Amino acid sequence: MPPKVNVVSLVSIGRHPQSGRSRRAEQDGRAVELGLKLSKKSLTVVHAGDAQEPVLRQYAGMGLDSLTVLPQPADGDALPILVDFLKSSKAQVVLTGVRAESGESSGMLPYLLAEQLGWPLVPRVAEILTIKQGAAEVLLALPRGQRRSVIVSLPFIATVDNAAAEARQTAFGPGLRADFKVLDVNSVKDEAMATWQISAAKPRPKRLKVVKAKTAADRMKAATAKPVGGGGKVMKNETAAEKAQAIFDLLLEEKVVR
Amino acid sequence: MILDWLPPTLIGFLLVLAGIGAIRRMNLWRAGQAEKVNILAGLLAMPKRYLHDLHHVVERDKYMSRTHVATGGGFVLAMVLVLFVHLFGVKSEILAWALLAALVLMFCGALFVYKRRMNPPSRLSKGPWMRLPKSLLTFSITFFVLTLPAAGILPEGTGGWVLTLVLSVLILMSLSEMLFGMTWGGPMKHAFAGALHLAFHRRPERFGGGRSTGLKPAVLGEASHGVAKPTDFKWNQLLGFDACVQCGRCEAVCPAFAAGQPLNPKKLIQDMVVGFAGGTDAKYAGSPYPGVDVGNAKGAPDQIITNGLISSDTLWSCTTCRACVEECPMMIEHVDAIVDMRRFLTLEKGETPNKGAQVLENIIATDNPNGYSPASRTHWAADQNLNLMKDVKQADVLFWVSDGAFDMRSQRILRAFVKLMKAANIDVAILGDEELDSGDVARRLGDDAAFQSLAKRNLATLSKYSFKTIVTTDPHAFHCLKNEYGDFGSDALKGVEVLHHTTFLNRLVKEGRLQLDTFKGGKVTYHDPCYLGRYNGEYDAPRELLASLGIDVAEMERSGYRSRCCGGGGGAPITDIPGERRIADMRMEDVVSTGAEMVAVGCQQCTAMLEGVVEPRPVVKDIAEILVSQLSEEVNS
Repeated sequence: MPPKVNVVSLVSIGRHPQSGRSRRAEQDGRAVELGLKLSKKSLTVVHAGDAQEPVLRQYAGMGLDSLTVLPQPADGDALPILVDFLKSSKAQVVLTGVRAESGESSGMLPYLLAEQLGWPLVPRVAEILTIKQGAAEVLLALPRGQRRSVIVSLPFIATVDNAAAEARQTAFGPGLRADFKVLDVNSVKDEAMATWQISAAKPRPKRLKVVKAKTAADRMKAATAKPVGGGGKVMKNETAAEKAQAIFDLLLEEKVVR
Repeated sequence: MILDWLPPTLIGFLLVLAGIGAIRRMNLWRAGQAEKVNILAGLLAMPKRYLHDLHHVVERDKYMSRTHVATGGGFVLAMVLVLFVHLFGVKSEILAWALLAALVLMFCGALFVYKRRMNPPSRLSKGPWMRLPKSLLTFSITFFVLTLPAAGILPEGTGGWVLTLVLSVLILMSLSEMLFGMTWGGPMKHAFAGALHLAFHRRPERFGGGRSTGLKPAVLGEASHGVAKPTDFKWNQLLGFDACVQCGRCEAVCPAFAAGQPLNPKKLIQDMVVGFAGGTDAKYAGSPYPGVDVGNAKGAPDQIITNGLISSDTLWSCTTCRACVEECPMMIEHVDAIVDMRRFLTLEKGETPNKGAQVLENIIATDNPNGYSPASRTHWAADQNLNLMKDVKQADVLFWVSDGAFDMRSQRILRAFVKLMKAANIDVAILGDEELDSGDVARRLGDDAAFQSLAKRNLATLSKYSFKTIVTTDPHAFHCLKNEYGDFGSDALKGVEVLHHTTFLNRLVKEGRLQLDTFKGGKVTYHDPCYLGRYNGEYDAPRELLASLGIDVAEMERSGYRSRCCGGGGGAPITDIPGERRIADMRMEDVVSTGAEMVAVGCQQCTAMLEGVVEPRPVVKDIAEILVSQLSEEVNS
């Protein structure tokens, strides 16, 4: 793998599901891990938010020499400053978690970034196998441990699935000593968010479990299954026009395009 | 006589060589980190520390203690007199006779050393150590013959130059071992380094019957944390490693060694010596780390220890049970060294094995090792009607619940203890959700940053309330509260008595506040938890409690200060280094061999470990549980 690939991992402040305390976010940690595996030297880890947040030291403790912070207030919009940063950064691979553990947690950020930058988005990556000649071979994580190999041209944005390698242990010393590059950026207030009313989510009632399985193997399958979309279709051999038509039909069907 | 000058010259020559060696050796120690030591007071205290504290440990092996008194005492006396009689040429028959007597004493001792070396137990190192009794015998015989003329027994010049020449060769041989070898790394090094180690020991509180078991806090925020290279140890730790006599008593009691995990405390200390002196372990002639060949380890003062000197698995095998420290006649601090090196692996490398990383992450994010919701810490006590400190602000007794609160088996112990306290009408309160993990596991896993954070936050909580006594059923939390929280500059525990529940209950029974029926079950034995016994010296209260129920404890061979670890300490179940056997299984075999039907325990961790042994096996019960089942009914009504 050429060491020249510029990888940027975007990290956010996670939230522990039990204690509600700030922590290294599960998927963002995996994004850093994947970045470290691709190229330790040319990895840039970026956080848009408060540079004083102690959790950032937990990311740095994974062995980062430095961590870039784009400072912005709690009500700021991360999107425009990240777009500006990525445009100027020569980034070729941008890794993020699928969705943040705190804040809006909409999972939209990578999509909006990809849209504004005009880059392809690769969702739910399990592994990046190779990067050569301006293209990367990427394994997508599918339900039940299945993988799909796709080739995507650089630059691209990828969200990192829970199936990717677990984040390495964070070490106190290196985290403490890591250098924080706090850039000077204009923060943009998130006007939309200011109008929202935020309240704690109620836990959704759990669906009653109806055991239909007859055999242990069936029960195992049922217990381990991730929900599978029924209508999915893999098109490999069709022409580009046919593939585009299929996507367009789907968008119409789902009423995304009217 | 033409050759009369030869013996004194040889003695002088070897003395000079020994002096040069001593300076070289001291420079090796001085490469370590600075540590303040009172040099003069240490040197003055040294003879007493040797004759009293060290001898007290050696005395556990009567054969060896007598042998050593004769050999060592005889040698020191003889060597001093040799200087007067043979080097300075003092003409005194009294001195010469005294020298003869000292040599006879030494000769007798050396014979027993020789006898023990005929068929040495596996724990003893062989190699140069097998040569030592011969050198001792040669020394005593040679100087005996050499002194005979001075004592007036033989006329001057007996034997002529031939005898002088023969004696000179023997002097060269034996004194090389005794003087040259003492400072240049031979077996006699233990006398030189050992004496200075006693003088400059890092835990002087241990002498004179004291106890010092709390780990020293790591300094946080430096360029590196923990011990990476041999020179990162304090200089007196390096000196301590050099004091090792390779007697292997540590090896004989080490639970990890017995379980076939890659740890041997003796080899570890010898590897530390290889580290700071440089070289390889090829000359090591004792038992290896189980499953690891000797001869491949290389070390240098500035080389990372886990890069080629020892494997990190060796460090993670330790259960911090302190059996080796307790047993070491040279009072070497193995556990300190191991945790120092673990600190580097965890705080700098982020290489805590197996579940270590996850447990530490949980401790940081939820203040308990298993990542349970902090808000569920008091769920166990939903039906216990216990006062919360938050509400009452003060109580006679603060019950430190510990992380047993999250574990259903441990909750049975907690409930039993609460019932006993209620029966005795104790004014008790708990911290509830304000309590955090004591930090024991984090600290033993090398994460002193997490430990210190927990300790400081716990102390801040404790300082809000007033109580006279703090009681816990967990010896690990007990140890942290009692011996380790004092390093963080808080007054929260000032004037507060920290007690283990067995000590506390024993007082209640003695004061007649608990009415107990006689126990009518079968034979009972008692397992001493390491953190209650060796760490805190509480061996009596649990036994007195059992006796108060009319139980005559069927002691295991390894009990009291020699108790064998259950395998649950020091984060060992978390790092889970593979071995040939499980430590808990071996301990249960100890229990079974007493014929007991029940083993009484005073620790939830020991309970969990021993109950993890497959059945059929004796029943495992905490002392609180045994007491509660014997509580007389009329007290409750």
